[in-house]
Amino acid sequence: MSTAAATRALPADSVGYVVPQKFHFDEPLPLRSGRTLEHYDLMVETYGTLNADRSNALLICHALSGDHHAAGYHDPSNPKEKPGWWDCCIGPGKPFDTDRFFVVCLNNLGGCAGSTGPSSLNPDTGKPFGPDFPIVTVRDWVAAQARLADRLGIDCWAAVIGGSLGGMQVMRWAISHPQRLRHALIIAAAPKLSAQNIAFNEVARQSIMSDPDFHQGRYYDFGTYPKRGVTLARMVGHITYLSDTSLREKFGKAGRDSNFGRDLRDGRLSFGFDVDFQVQSYLQYKGETFSSRFDANSYLLMTKALDYFDPTVDYDGDLSRAFTSSTCKFLVISFTSDWRFAPERSREIVDALLKARKEVSYLEIEAAEGHDSFLLPIPRYMQTLHAYLGRVAAECAGGTP
Amino acid sequence: MMLRADLLLIQDWIAPGSRVLDLGCGDGTFLAHLKATKGVRDCGLEIDAGNILKCLQAGVNVIEQDMDKGLRNFESGSFDTVVLAHTLQALHRPDEIVEEMLRVGRNCILTFPNFAYWRHRLSLVTNGRMPKSPQLPHEWYDTPNLHHCTISDFDQLCRSRRIRLVQRTVVDDDHRSTWPMRLWPNLFGINAIYHITR
Repeated sequence: MSTAAATRALPADSVGYVVPQKFHFDEPLPLRSGRTLEHYDLMVETYGTLNADRSNALLICHALSGDHHAAGYHDPSNPKEKPGWWDCCIGPGKPFDTDRFFVVCLNNLGGCAGSTGPSSLNPDTGKPFGPDFPIVTVRDWVAAQARLADRLGIDCWAAVIGGSLGGMQVMRWAISHPQRLRHALIIAAAPKLSAQNIAFNEVARQSIMSDPDFHQGRYYDFGTYPKRGVTLARMVGHITYLSDTSLREKFGKAGRDSNFGRDLRDGRLSFGFDVDFQVQSYLQYKGETFSSRFDANSYLLMTKALDYFDPTVDYDGDLSRAFTSSTCKFLVISFTSDWRFAPERSREIVDALLKARKEVSYLEIEAAEGHDSFLLPIPRYMQTLHAYLGRVAAECAGGTP
Repeated sequence: MMLRADLLLIQDWIAPGSRVLDLGCGDGTFLAHLKATKGVRDCGLEIDAGNILKCLQAGVNVIEQDMDKGLRNFESGSFDTVVLAHTLQALHRPDEIVEEMLRVGRNCILTFPNFAYWRHRLSLVTNGRMPKSPQLPHEWYDTPNLHHCTISDFDQLCRSRRIRLVQRTVVDDDHRSTWPMRLWPNLFGINAIYHITR
């Protein structure tokens, strides 16, 4: 899908300019909630080439606010454009090496980047679904991803890979479609949300739903948007993605313009309720940027999918039993400063896999950047992915398994 | 693939297709060898980042875990063989890890340098200094070895804990066993290799 119409020099290890593709599905999708999605679209990007025996495909599952645009660029006329959200991992010579793998990433159902979601038009009413869009779960996403695999002619993924909420989709693949993946890479994830995780999600949802512009989710009809609510929701979320250390490093230089090691915005205290500290304006900027690109109803749905994720629900709460039929190899990775899905949560997954007698490797990567670490090119993390995917690529090429 | 002397001997005690847990598996050479030659189901424990990376490159399953904090996450009897090669003396509580090994594995294989080897004794007696040798290359202050033990010490531990000795081999660094070693293992043995069970 890459085009040669480059107007600026892109890095040599970039996948270049990419064009997303929309896949339409007419076969009704029964959902976990009991409802059915009659028709739906999935927005997809692919990088690299599928080999002759269709054995070199990687599926990338996105997290809470991600989408199908995982690597490369869209707009040759925009020199300031940032690449896709996992560009550090996807490209020629990168861990998910597009010279060796066919990499697939899609926007999940309920999202707002082109796949069918609350902001899409409901064919029954001709208006956006809004709050009428069914609650979708990780299981539903994976069911839709399996349909996409069918469409692409991929019987078995070389690996399914995801961080955070993406890692939960990887677990669901290993449980629901054990014969359709050879490797599962579960990064910075948890077997299910803790009460604290759900509490943070609830604050995010309340911020959105209490915004007067929300109109019970029908803001499209009112020509409004709950920008303030989404901004607040993202500000709360963003704090949980970072660590005390990473914020201190960003905003605690203890230089001339600091107040006890907390960077001041204007070099002095205002003794009012305006912005005094850099971290305040930083958070507001992050929240506002996000609110301009993300649909409020989609955000509500994504947080609900997180809250509802529990692969043990069909197995009497026993995670190791959930993995009984899995045949793939597992790589589980956590980051030391991640307090949203702390290393202990990843070890729960590892212990369940060991108990189920599965083949698993586990790494706890030293990193100061908190939950966000999984998106960053941390050297040991990149080396790990390189090494593991190198083996996977050798298998695809018919080398020693 | 070059295997360390003790590992060459150990491999004969491991059944094809069995489940093997290697505690302190290093760069994964031994497990990769067992996988290739015996088709074992492998799992290694390691804490060194460089070694873990090499394990992944070798296709060996490796868990980043400090065995000094226990093996509680491993189920009882979940492995056919648990291996602890040349690490016993570097652990905080060797007796506890031996108990854990016997719980997790049906068979346990341990190797350690014999501190009562005559050259070590001589060094202490004649120089009055902590012994240094190819097996014990460190200075007393920077050694990773916390609990040196002798063959007699380990025999005593097995007796007091009712641990069954399946086999004990005493070898030099070229994995040879000479007649003085067989006669006086605690005096002439350089490396001890134990196969224990309960």
